[in-house]
Amino acid sequence: MPTIKRTKFKLSAEQLLEMFYWLKLIRAFDERLSILVRQGKVRSGVYTGIGQEAIIVGTGYGLRREDFICPLHRDLGAFLMKGVEAGVMMSQMFGKATGLSKGRDSALHSGVTELGIFGNTSMLGSNLPVAVGLALTFKMEQTDHVVVAYFGEGASNVGDFHEALNMAGVLHLPILFICENNQYAYSVPVEKSMAIDDVADRAESYGFDGVAINGNDVLAVYQATQGALARARDGGGPTLIECKTYRWHGHSEHDKAFYRTDEELAMWKSRDPIPTFTTYLKGLHALGDEQIKEIETRVATTIDKAVELAMNAPDPEPADAVTDLYA
Amino acid sequence: MREISYLEAIREALAEEMRRDAKVFVLGEDVGAYGGAFGVTQGLFEEFGELRVIDTPISESAIVGAAIGASLRGYRPVAEMQFGDFISCAFDQIVNQAATLRFRYGGRAAVPIVVRAPSGGNVGGGLYHSQNPEAWFVHRPGLKVVAPSTPYDAKGLLKAAIRDDNPVVYFEHKYLYRRGKGPVPEGDETVPIGVAATRREGADATLVSYGAMMLPSLEAADRLSKEGVEVDVIDLRTLAPWDRDAVFRSVEKTSRALIVHEDVRALGIGAEISAALMEEKFDSLDAPVLRVTYPDTHPPFSHVLEHANLPNADTIAEALRRLAAY
Repeated sequence: MPTIKRTKFKLSAEQLLEMFYWLKLIRAFDERLSILVRQGKVRSGVYTGIGQEAIIVGTGYGLRREDFICPLHRDLGAFLMKGVEAGVMMSQMFGKATGLSKGRDSALHSGVTELGIFGNTSMLGSNLPVAVGLALTFKMEQTDHVVVAYFGEGASNVGDFHEALNMAGVLHLPILFICENNQYAYSVPVEKSMAIDDVADRAESYGFDGVAINGNDVLAVYQATQGALARARDGGGPTLIECKTYRWHGHSEHDKAFYRTDEELAMWKSRDPIPTFTTYLKGLHALGDEQIKEIETRVATTIDKAVELAMNAPDPEPADAVTDLYA
Repeated sequence: MREISYLEAIREALAEEMRRDAKVFVLGEDVGAYGGAFGVTQGLFEEFGELRVIDTPISESAIVGAAIGASLRGYRPVAEMQFGDFISCAFDQIVNQAATLRFRYGGRAAVPIVVRAPSGGNVGGGLYHSQNPEAWFVHRPGLKVVAPSTPYDAKGLLKAAIRDDNPVVYFEHKYLYRRGKGPVPEGDETVPIGVAATRREGADATLVSYGAMMLPSLEAADRLSKEGVEVDVIDLRTLAPWDRDAVFRSVEKTSRALIVHEDVRALGIGAEISAALMEEKFDSLDAPVLRVTYPDTHPPFSHVLEHANLPNADTIAEALRRLAAY
């Protein structure tokens, strides 16, 4: 894996703390959801990204409001970072009328156009052609906004992946393709779904650069993203960044993930992005125990409030099962 | 009123809408300098340039997906499927992405795209250049589906489709492209989506059809008139949502109904209209609702085989006689 310099795009101590906050918040949100599923309070549609948070924080931090993101089913944190209230996201997971989809779907199959968020369907990879269309409008308008589109290594085997990346290459669009390679497409390990080692290598056939990096190092992800963003904003076209990572939970909260070993999980847990970043920040004297405590309290309060709001929110009206079909 | 062809009417609607609204653009295979496989987009590339008349790779799914993405930022893309048959390659983007988007966004977004699909047979196209896949999309809530039969409607419905805030699948019948001309207004006239047209009035039977099947349907109605049976002929023009009022009003008058379509029989538009008549207008009916359709088979290449399948004025007239005999 190529080394990404940690220093090219400078971050202030304040910004580093913000990134730390997001890592903690996203982790805690998913952990709470996992508990809520086990308690039977959230019924289904929970696909956590626990262990993968560095990708969302490293790619999402510092994006403009106008930039568009196309997150996938594990990227609840991307919605939060782009500006959706935690209470609204929690309501969405509860299927309440106050959620993004007003109870029509519990997972991340929704979006907020004004905030630049496009949430996909369950057909993995099908967000990528949509991302191409969004990037096309940025090119038409000659702005320097960028689309950041996410997909898993599993989705890189879908036809839409090929069509979208090829079209983005041909049209030279301002778009970043972020691969969250978490080693498993549900139960199928990466070596059974790809005959190559790196999804990043696929970029070459579309005429742009692909890079494989440590997806559990938030600063490495940030540096790679900032480099690709600067290039895209400058008319340099797309980049594929493959972030190697691992999902700690099963595919969904109902999946016991017996297809992998305890040793493998333990090995990846030792690469947990949060302690790594904590140690780094402490080394810089950017983070002290007091601040950790303060951030953890803020995170817990935010999530408690979100759960309370969602639990007390109204269910949708039965009549809304057939509304919002047509404009 | 001056007369132009069905194909010219489609081109004129595209050009006028692109002049009227800078957010309208077209994308598809060979639509640029080449002007489209059938010549529909001829001249647009020269007038509007490569960023508004976009030649794409052979990627139907990405063509529709990109249209959806652009529409989320306020654009009104018109995506061309080179042949309606190829729309199956973009099926997921249309039925899962576009059709559900507003619903899953809690009503807070719209997908104003048009997917143009040159469909239909009687052109010797064989299995993959003759299909009529409209019913698939009528079966999917969240989509509108139109199928004009005249140059007038081809222009007016395309303009209405482009201005509509919903995804619209626009089936243009290839057999009609250059067969004859018809009156088309030069001005900015749209044809409303969801409203059928009565092409001929009669009190003895109702015939409901759309697209290229309007031609043999009107010919059959002519023949029946000479036999003393006057047929109310309704051109649906829009298949989703189809004009229930127009069909019901006609059947209240005639008490008999025949549906004609070039699409295959099983669960086609005719099945839906027939079921709706049973449920809502049973008291008005004096005869079973009949259908004349393509048989449940694939469109074959051989002229002999294809014509064995296509409904024609003879088979339609025969059904009308059967209906009138009740």
